[in-house]
Amino acid sequence: MMLSESIYGNYETAWCPGCGNFRILAALKKALVESNLTPHEVIFVSGIGQAAKTPHYLNANLFNGLHGRSLPVATGCRLANHQMPVIVETGDGCTYGEGGNHFLAAIRRNINITLLVHNNQVYGLTKGQASPTSDEGFITKAQPHGVYAAAFNPIAVAVALHAGFVARSFAGFEDHLTEMIKQAISHPGFALVDILQPCVSFNKVNTFAWYKNRCYRLPETYDPTDWSAAILKANEWGDQIPLGVISKNSRPPFEAHFDCLGHTPLARQQVDKAKLKAFITHYR
Amino acid sequence: MGRQELHVLIGGEAGQGLVTIAMILTKALVRSGYYLVVNQSYQSRIRGGHNTFAIRVSTEEIIAPRQRLDFLVALNQETVDWHRTEIAPDGLILLDERFADADQRCVKAPFKQFAEEKFANVAYLAVLNKLLGLDEQVVFQTLEDYFGAKKPEVTEKNRQIFSAAYEWASGRNLPETVRLAPVAPQEHLMLNGNEAIALGAISAGLKFCAFYPMTPATSISLTLQAAADDLGLVVEQAEDEIAAINMAIGASYAGVPAMVATSGGGFALMVEGVSLAGMTETPILIVVAQRPGPATGLPTRTEQGDLEFILHAGHGEFPRAIFAPTTIEECFHLTRKALILAEKYQSPIFLLTDQFLADSYRAVAPFEIDALDATSVGSSPEEVSLPYQRYALTDSGVSPRLLPGQSTHLVVCDSDEHTSDGHITEDLTVRILMVEKRLRKSAGLRAEVTLPEYQGDNRPEVLFVTWGSSCGAVVEAAAELRLRGHRTAALCFAQVWPLIPDQFLSYLQGADNVVMVEGNATAQFTRMICRETGLDLPHRILRYDGLPMTPEYILGQFQSGGF
Repeated sequence: MMLSESIYGNYETAWCPGCGNFRILAALKKALVESNLTPHEVIFVSGIGQAAKTPHYLNANLFNGLHGRSLPVATGCRLANHQMPVIVETGDGCTYGEGGNHFLAAIRRNINITLLVHNNQVYGLTKGQASPTSDEGFITKAQPHGVYAAAFNPIAVAVALHAGFVARSFAGFEDHLTEMIKQAISHPGFALVDILQPCVSFNKVNTFAWYKNRCYRLPETYDPTDWSAAILKANEWGDQIPLGVISKNSRPPFEAHFDCLGHTPLARQQVDKAKLKAFITHYR
Repeated sequence: MGRQELHVLIGGEAGQGLVTIAMILTKALVRSGYYLVVNQSYQSRIRGGHNTFAIRVSTEEIIAPRQRLDFLVALNQETVDWHRTEIAPDGLILLDERFADADQRCVKAPFKQFAEEKFANVAYLAVLNKLLGLDEQVVFQTLEDYFGAKKPEVTEKNRQIFSAAYEWASGRNLPETVRLAPVAPQEHLMLNGNEAIALGAISAGLKFCAFYPMTPATSISLTLQAAADDLGLVVEQAEDEIAAINMAIGASYAGVPAMVATSGGGFALMVEGVSLAGMTETPILIVVAQRPGPATGLPTRTEQGDLEFILHAGHGEFPRAIFAPTTIEECFHLTRKALILAEKYQSPIFLLTDQFLADSYRAVAPFEIDALDATSVGSSPEEVSLPYQRYALTDSGVSPRLLPGQSTHLVVCDSDEHTSDGHITEDLTVRILMVEKRLRKSAGLRAEVTLPEYQGDNRPEVLFVTWGSSCGAVVEAAAELRLRGHRTAALCFAQVWPLIPDQFLSYLQGADNVVMVEGNATAQFTRMICRETGLDLPHRILRYDGLPMTPEYILGQFQSGGF
């Protein structure tokens, strides 16, 4: 039976009119339906920020945790129930700033989680400070002389760490974004989709038009399994911004290393008292 | 005949195999049927540094570490120099013949003759075996078991060294001053606090642990890891303590009993996660094995200095319970209780120990595993009222907890203030309802408090009050004072929060003199008791030199304290 996007509901949001989040939410619903997933079959985890509110506007299982900490929570969820898709949805500050260490560790583990980062290069919820992805020189009230630090390039970092699946899309290209999210969900390992998104209230530089004029789709001849080519492509930023699957590989997912994560999720396993008693004999 | 009780101290540099022989000897003593209390003191480095492993052995059950030594086993010269004065006049010193010492209590052995430096510890073990009068077969079998997985040539070499040294010892007319009185063999386990915590957790259904290594808590996670393949656990070394607690919370949300284990500094990083568990009402067991702070402090020593930190950790207001096991058996049983209460009241529950208890081996009667139930996770989807609301308002404050994916009902949890269905809200009426709902769970936790244990005379002249790992020393100190003709008692708390004055106020009021005993400098538990009872308890014996509480320390302070 074909699912309909209506099963994911239609809720009032707290976002500014014109926010890129609306189109990301629409693409997400479409991707979920096209992946043939019903709401109770998926776990969403989010952090704090405007992007992190997204799963509240969906019918879904949700753990909306702390700023920066969605990846560890999602890792725990996935290990507890490795048969459910786990999708993390949160922003650039949450993922690449507060949660930077968790971002690196999740990639290294290659835990089968889909990470959707709404990247608008600015802090929206706290009203316009620089984010890790703000370009150098970006002026805010908190950085009145412009950002001094070099921008964090999540794509380049993810590719350098041999992330299982690394893609970039743009909130303005809904179909492209839907396709990237679908591929990320179906990838058996860690999957990052960095989603460029305008912030109409606090980022007057990286506007809808700014992104639209620079983003281009990778040609079909581009081979995302060629890691060396991906490293070069990952560093492309500025006048030309590539969209699509930048890199992917077939590293086994983290969960595959655990014998106990076979047919039954950890959450449904009981204590084996005979084995516990046998283990305790080591202390005799 | 022989001794009913003996305090042995084995000292040497890290890297000399001190812990190896001490562990083998301890296990051989447990197998032989003796009771013991081990006190490990080590410097925070892998090689070099002065380390000691003290084994207090007895034919009867004992609960405290002691200071006075009967038998010093010196693997290096420093051990003799530093500990000579602590040895009883009728005691003994075992050392290498190359070490300088003219003490009449010395037994010198030519260890170099039996083995090269690296294997000298096995020769020591053989001579110890003879001096203590243990069954050679039991000790040798324990040695074999310990190296069981090693290469056959290592086993053979150990056998040769052991035999040569044992033969040497048998052919000498060695003193019998440290010979132990014989006892009947027992089926006891040799367990330290950290191992008992891990086993208790597994028996209660624990399936997930995330940790970042930190002394003295690490071996809890390592014990779980050793059991993981057989018992189907996931034990993950996280990138930091923040990740560890968030992973455990994620696993728990998805339906797996979960815990973290750390020490004070690591717990400091976990604090936002404690608040998260409180707000999202996610069950989690948090074990904190204390060591002296602030900051890095004394990494390998002991203290009870983090009680008020744990009591208040986490922004905002939410219920919690804090257990502080006083024995190895309680490490097992209170870990079980903590994990079960965490699930039942959907709250963070703490187990607070310290380096002394974490590393202290004892002889423990086997647990009746078949009679112990695991925690039951979540509610049944058939029993919830519809539409399902994760934070449904109830009289007990406990809402039915479904697990994501268990049914078609959606499970929504939020760290923001939330409505009954788990979604973010700024409705201030809802806020009040939710604060009160969460705090109503306190009543349940209060109804399940583990009572403090009173031992000793009624209406005592002096009542010692203490908590956690200091209890053993306090009970033995009270008993010694009783032998000197005083009416004494001890009141021991194995749960330090919630405190319910009705359960213990009469004891405090019934004593002529109340003396509070704690392993910290600011009398943290005393202040909690005073706050909850309105009493003033000015008599305190505090220890904060990094060493565990001992009966000698308490009695010394008691006599000089003028209480």
